[in-house]
Amino acid sequence: MSDNGLTPEIMLDMYYHMVLARAVDDRMWILNRQGRAPVVYTSNGHEAAQVGSAFALNRGEDWICPYYRDLALVLAYGMTPREIMLHLLGRAEDPNSGGRQMPAHWGHAKLHILTGGSVVATQDVHAAGLALASKVLKDGRVSVAYFGEGSTSQGEFHEALNFAAVHKLPVIFFNENNGYAISVPSRKQMAVQDVAARAAGYGMPGVIVDGNDPVKVYEVVKEAADRARRGEGPTLIEAKTYRFVPHSSDDDDRAYRSREEVAEAKKRDPIAMFEARLKEAGILTDEKVKEIQKEIKDIVNDATDYAEKAALPDPATLGDHVYGSL
Amino acid sequence: MIPKAGQTTMAVLSYLEAIRETLRQEMQRDSRIIIYGEDVGVRGGVFRVTEGLQKEFGEDRVIDSPLAEAAIVGTAIGAAVNGLRPVPEIQFADFIFPAINQIVQEAARIRYRSNGTFHVPLVIRAPFGGGVHGALYHSQSVEAFFAHVPGLKVVIPATPYDAKGLLASAIQDEDPVLYFEHKAAYRSLKGEVPDERYLIPIGQADVKRQGKDISIITYGLMVSYALKAAEELEKEGISAEVLDLRSMRPLDVEAILETAKKTGKVLIVHEDNLTGGIGGEVSALISEHALFYLDAPIMRLAGPDVPAMPYSAPLEHAFMVTPEKIRDKARELAKF
Amino acid sequence: MAKSKALYGLDLDADRLRTMYYYMVLSRELDKRIWILNRQGKSAFVISGQGQEGVQVASALALNPATDWLAPYYRDMAMVMAFGMTPREVMLGQLGRALDPSSGGRQMPSHFGHHEKHILTGSSPVATQVVHAVGLAWSMKLKHEAGVVLTSLGEGSTNQGEFHEALNFAAVHRVPVIVLVENNGYAISVPQHREMAIQDVAIRAQGYGIPGVVVRGSDPLEVYQVIYEARRRAIAGDGPTLVEAKTHRYTAHSSDDDDRSYRSREQLEEEKRDDAVVRFREWLEQEKLWDREAEDTLKKRVKQEVDDATDYAEAAELPDAGTVYDHVYGSSPA
Ligand SMILES: Cc1ncc(C[n+]2csc(CCOP(=O)(O)OP(=O)(O)O)c2C)c(N)n1
Ligand SMILES: Cc1ncc(C[n+]2csc(CCOP(=O)(O)OP(=O)(O)O)c2C)c(N)n1
Ligand SMILES: [Mg+2]
Ligand SMILES: [Mg+2]
Repeated sequence: MSDNGLTPEIMLDMYYHMVLARAVDDRMWILNRQGRAPVVYTSNGHEAAQVGSAFALNRGEDWICPYYRDLALVLAYGMTPREIMLHLLGRAEDPNSGGRQMPAHWGHAKLHILTGGSVVATQDVHAAGLALASKVLKDGRVSVAYFGEGSTSQGEFHEALNFAAVHKLPVIFFNENNGYAISVPSRKQMAVQDVAARAAGYGMPGVIVDGNDPVKVYEVVKEAADRARRGEGPTLIEAKTYRFVPHSSDDDDRAYRSREEVAEAKKRDPIAMFEARLKEAGILTDEKVKEIQKEIKDIVNDATDYAEKAALPDPATLGDHVYGSL
Repeated sequence: MIPKAGQTTMAVLSYLEAIRETLRQEMQRDSRIIIYGEDVGVRGGVFRVTEGLQKEFGEDRVIDSPLAEAAIVGTAIGAAVNGLRPVPEIQFADFIFPAINQIVQEAARIRYRSNGTFHVPLVIRAPFGGGVHGALYHSQSVEAFFAHVPGLKVVIPATPYDAKGLLASAIQDEDPVLYFEHKAAYRSLKGEVPDERYLIPIGQADVKRQGKDISIITYGLMVSYALKAAEELEKEGISAEVLDLRSMRPLDVEAILETAKKTGKVLIVHEDNLTGGIGGEVSALISEHALFYLDAPIMRLAGPDVPAMPYSAPLEHAFMVTPEKIRDKARELAKF
Repeated sequence: MAKSKALYGLDLDADRLRTMYYYMVLSRELDKRIWILNRQGKSAFVISGQGQEGVQVASALALNPATDWLAPYYRDMAMVMAFGMTPREVMLGQLGRALDPSSGGRQMPSHFGHHEKHILTGSSPVATQVVHAVGLAWSMKLKHEAGVVLTSLGEGSTNQGEFHEALNFAAVHRVPVIVLVENNGYAISVPQHREMAIQDVAIRAQGYGIPGVVVRGSDPLEVYQVIYEARRRAIAGDGPTLVEAKTHRYTAHSSDDDDRSYRSREQLEEEKRDDAVVRFREWLEQEKLWDREAEDTLKKRVKQEVDDATDYAEAAELPDAGTVYDHVYGSSPA
């Protein structure tokens, strides 16, 4: 593997977070099917893109502005499985929103994860704004907006990229291109092959990366972050990936894509591929995989139990936080 | 014009089916109608309202659009000018805001600003409303924003029957109409719907239940809740009239005043936030034109003034207006 | 503009070329008159197309007003006149008269619209017209009508989300639309390099998968050629084209602006040396299509038309206050 500063320990840690995310994800779907969680949004298939990018940042210090797909990202960024489950089950202790937002609407002030709404692409503009502040405050932080390829059709995507380019802001626009916006395939979404082609229209680099390879993703994000910190402005990164399961627990993807297509894509499962590669490099063994899986199972069980026992919000708090105090 | 039971063949349809069947019927008789929006094609919409329509009418008339609301509404304006009848869908009412410039500053003003030489007959459909674990961005009631705007018409059906007649009128209308569909009503409300085409004029309220002690003025999902409450109240000896506004703009001033004068006690109910909601306007109309008929202050029951509906069950429940809350408030009014 | 006529390979006969020049001069003179009316206190607001006439007239003449539509912006007085709006009609709008075909005196001046003449009504928030143009053109395609829509906007306005949404939509659905950016280097006081980090707006076309063409605005024949070709592509079903014409704004942004605070007089003089009206006249002369006498005759004719339009509009009725509620809705069908 190339000279990118990724030690075997770091790569194992990346692997761990990818597996953890998949396990939490699987558990969320089970809870949904059992009627215990009304809705689930998944990162299943996107783990390499998300974890690879997180590891390239100064985690907990740089700002990230995730979207609903980014479970693996926020886990790698420091959110705990317990916190994730508290959010899924709408508990009072949920650090993302105290049970106010739908699941997968991440936000964690301490970890520098900006709260996001459901309206796609609004976070692109927020990331540019965070970066504007970093530029003015000279705090050395980079901001990263995460979004799907479908949401690049939104006007706010365009306004954000243009603004960031004009002001050479320290921001990265990280696109997770999984080829679908719910049921709409990208050929009906845009008349270009690559989202990265849009970068030229703003005067910033547009980089395409294999989103199923966490190391490659790590490398391009690292480079973009370095560039941003040097004051050279924003980068648009397009990580090509695939969503292995329906858009959400309310969706049925059989209506719009064939089982063969999904099976074909699963042959490039980022976790299986990374696992094979680490084994080949002598970094990972079958025993170690089992050990990790066992550990993760306990963690997921603990997180589920913890969240299920946790208190729901008090209805009397409904009117809290509409405004701050004067 | 409006067929009555017994005069025609009827089917029992859900609110959602009534909307879908109306779209189908209208598209069959008018080839100018096109439907588009996010996921409306192969997927039939995330709520399945447009299911099967692409198969029947082809990809030129039922079209998956890019994920861009301003473009959806803005192109609908251009297409309407050129003689089509676009019926775009906004996937959730909450996502109408990226298009608000196109709706409020363009669609609503084009007739006026061109001195009547241009107009844009288009219908924007959008599911709205809460109580479905949709949280802050999949639960909102957005009607008051648009009802404020002259040039727009805003309708919300409360029954499958009304859903059909109002949608047909909206499509036939020469001006932009916002047609909001309550998500919780889609599958829970069922009713008889005549097979044949009929129109319910926009701007006509409907007395859904006659009563003499108090009037509950409401619309949308809250109509069925108010009817439930009225039944409970009947057992307590309180006779409640339920007026379904059906149209938020234009309001049926006559019907509002009539019921207010009849009972002298008015409760206005909506799921949308209290402040600046439709209730304020209805209340103002009654105070202006029927003050001396009132036997009690006008009361309002509405969603609380928080930015949007929270997710977690206890919070969502605390937000939602329910039949019980309506009953309690109505009782308070009746006893005044 | 040293190229001779043959080099453009255009089907423009001498009359058509003179017509092109006529509209440019007419627009320039009418525009100047409007400023005078403003300074006399007779017209509350002016927003001017001086400097952009070459782009506008050539674009309009490359279209077919019988089948095509315009969705213009506020600087496009020359364009709408070359497309069929009369000086009287422009002046009625400028003075807010009841007979103003754009809006009956409801909109600010220069918010052009004319249903019969295929000019779509426009508003003030920039870039909204691009989306309408795409929708209109898309409906032509769906209805199998053989026409195109040309919409125009300033370079600053291409930073609006609606520009992006419109171009993306047009590209996906291969809509017969031409998006013309009149790049005059400023959005009010903001110079281009503070508006965007690129030299050419046309490069944005790459992000949509459509052709993007840069053209020199002071060369109307080049503009004509490019728009003509874009129209041909659109009609053939090949979809939209983004055209960027590099041009100039010779006045302040509007009558409420003073451009001396952000643009040096030297720079303005420099820009004026690239005046399409002058360059095109010189070219016509070089091609022996124009001479001093023709110029004198034209100037006289134009002055008459400008006087006539002014007198006519000044004498025309203001709208009746009783009509303020008209046209909020049409008549109800049910
Ligand atoms: C403005 C807006 N319109 C519509 C939606 C509904 N919606 C939620 S996700 C989605 C598809 C997004 O696709 P993409 O951006 O490709 O992200 P992916 O889910 O594929 O990761 C849509 C249409 C929304 N959230 N916001
Ligand atoms: C959405 C919106 N924001 C702001 C304005 C105010 N405004 C009017 S023109 C203008 C500058 C437009 O510049 P450009 O697009 O380059 O066109 P130009 O006037 O230079 O031809 C601005 C900011 C507006 N009309 N619409
Ligand atoms: Mg996607
Ligand atoms: Mg400009």
